[in-house]
Amino acid sequence: MSVEVMPRRLGFAAYLTCLGGIAWRAVLRFLHQRERFLAALVRPLVWLFIFAAGFRQVLGVSIIPPYQTYVLYEVFVTPGLVGMIQLFNAMQTSLSMVYDRETGVMRTLLLSPFPRGFLLLSKLAGGVAVSLLQVYVFLLIAYFWEIELPMVGYFAVLPALLLSGLMLGSLALFMSSVIKQLENFAGVMNFIIFPMFFASSALYPLWRIREANPLLYEICRANPFTHAVELIRFAMYGEVEPTSLAIVLAFTAVFLTAAIYAYNPSKGMLARRGEPG
Amino acid sequence: MTPAVEPAAEASAYALQISGVSHRFGATLALDNVALAVPRGAFVVLLGPNGAGKSTLFALATRLYDNASGEIRILGHDVRRRPMAALQNLGVVFQSRSLDSDLTLQQNLIYHAALHGISRRQAKSLSLRALAKVGLADRAREKVRALSGGQARRVEIARALLHEPTCLLLDEATAGLDVASRESVLAMVRALVSKEAVGVLWATHLVDEVDDDDCIVLLHKGRVLFSGPGPALRELAQADTLRSAFLRLVDTSNREAAP
Repeated sequence: MSVEVMPRRLGFAAYLTCLGGIAWRAVLRFLHQRERFLAALVRPLVWLFIFAAGFRQVLGVSIIPPYQTYVLYEVFVTPGLVGMIQLFNAMQTSLSMVYDRETGVMRTLLLSPFPRGFLLLSKLAGGVAVSLLQVYVFLLIAYFWEIELPMVGYFAVLPALLLSGLMLGSLALFMSSVIKQLENFAGVMNFIIFPMFFASSALYPLWRIREANPLLYEICRANPFTHAVELIRFAMYGEVEPTSLAIVLAFTAVFLTAAIYAYNPSKGMLARRGEPG
Repeated sequence: MTPAVEPAAEASAYALQISGVSHRFGATLALDNVALAVPRGAFVVLLGPNGAGKSTLFALATRLYDNASGEIRILGHDVRRRPMAALQNLGVVFQSRSLDSDLTLQQNLIYHAALHGISRRQAKSLSLRALAKVGLADRAREKVRALSGGQARRVEIARALLHEPTCLLLDEATAGLDVASRESVLAMVRALVSKEAVGVLWATHLVDEVDDDDCIVLLHKGRVLFSGPGPALRELAQADTLRSAFLRLVDTSNREAAP
């Protein structure tokens, strides 16, 4: 009997199939979990409908780029809320990675013959796909709340969303390798999500923060989430903010490298801890 | 002069070869110079008490993390150096459950197929065929959470076989199952060996899952105490049954290791 030892060739189409399969599972799980879908939408909408309406009179927004004129606070805060959707979605991805690890589902992923880095990128792509779904549903609802972007903005924001989603998703992937148990996730909320969100330009313009507290202003400027929000804000008006773009790209590279290292079978934290991944 | 033989071709008679594998977690030596081989179409039992190092060995063989020393080959392909080729030929059922309980049986299998680069169309037919093999084709559209423990195990075996691997590793695959389910799963895997020439490494701590004529690798505290057929194990331990031979060798090893 002849013995076949040559492996099946995994070409470009096979890579695409793998990427599609991982993204498909992420979207499927999201759609199956209606409460999660609803919660993901309700959170920014509460901020838009209640918080922003309340702050409209309190917080004036002067004419700052990319705005050509005075804008309502709801308009100003919309990119921040889009960033918020992506931030929470990324952390949800991190949570589901930890859950997958605890339930053993992660083993299925890591047993794939494709390179580990590619698998993590595919996992990221799945998370970003879910966040895009949420963002566009949010923008649709916001449209009926009279927050209208220029038509070009709905398309121009897509690459910005992809980039910011990748950056936040990479951070989440890295976090998932650090978090040992689901129970530790509350700490992530307190030490990562809330500081990142509040110490940023998501809710208030940076010049306002500088007036109030110069140190906080520097912290906000160093926060990668600020730059994700600014990238989204400018893209919504068909513009590119080069500093934010560069910073988001740089942080994506750093976070992604850290995540790939953490999941590396020979060097990563999982190997050192002796956990199944 | 002996002609040079390609390692992969030379090893192709073996589904799995492990040689000189040691592994540490910090100061703890989890595996100490472990060697074993599973020929294609053979059923090899990796027998050892809890904490023997079976799961660590599986984690290394499946490249969940890399072995620091020694070599692990699947169908001749080194897991560390050529993981893509090696993992393509490997199917695994882990000790803990690893199905996504929110997805249906078929969705779980299609997801697994995608992870092996198998197109969705092909995966649909392959998944139904694999589920039919384990007698669950009629429940393909049900969610995994609706299954009993034994049924979920069968789905995991169907999933492990979906991409037609040559080497199948099962780590305590009957853990938590009732006697009837255990026997059914074991019989199904044994049938695979004869029908499909799959090389199986069956890790267990239950001696009653071992047949007398099985090839046995006895692992204890990370070391291989014995490797060979059941009668040779009984002879070595001078025992009448596999059970007493297993207990005797483990006990002797414990006494030798005691300070």
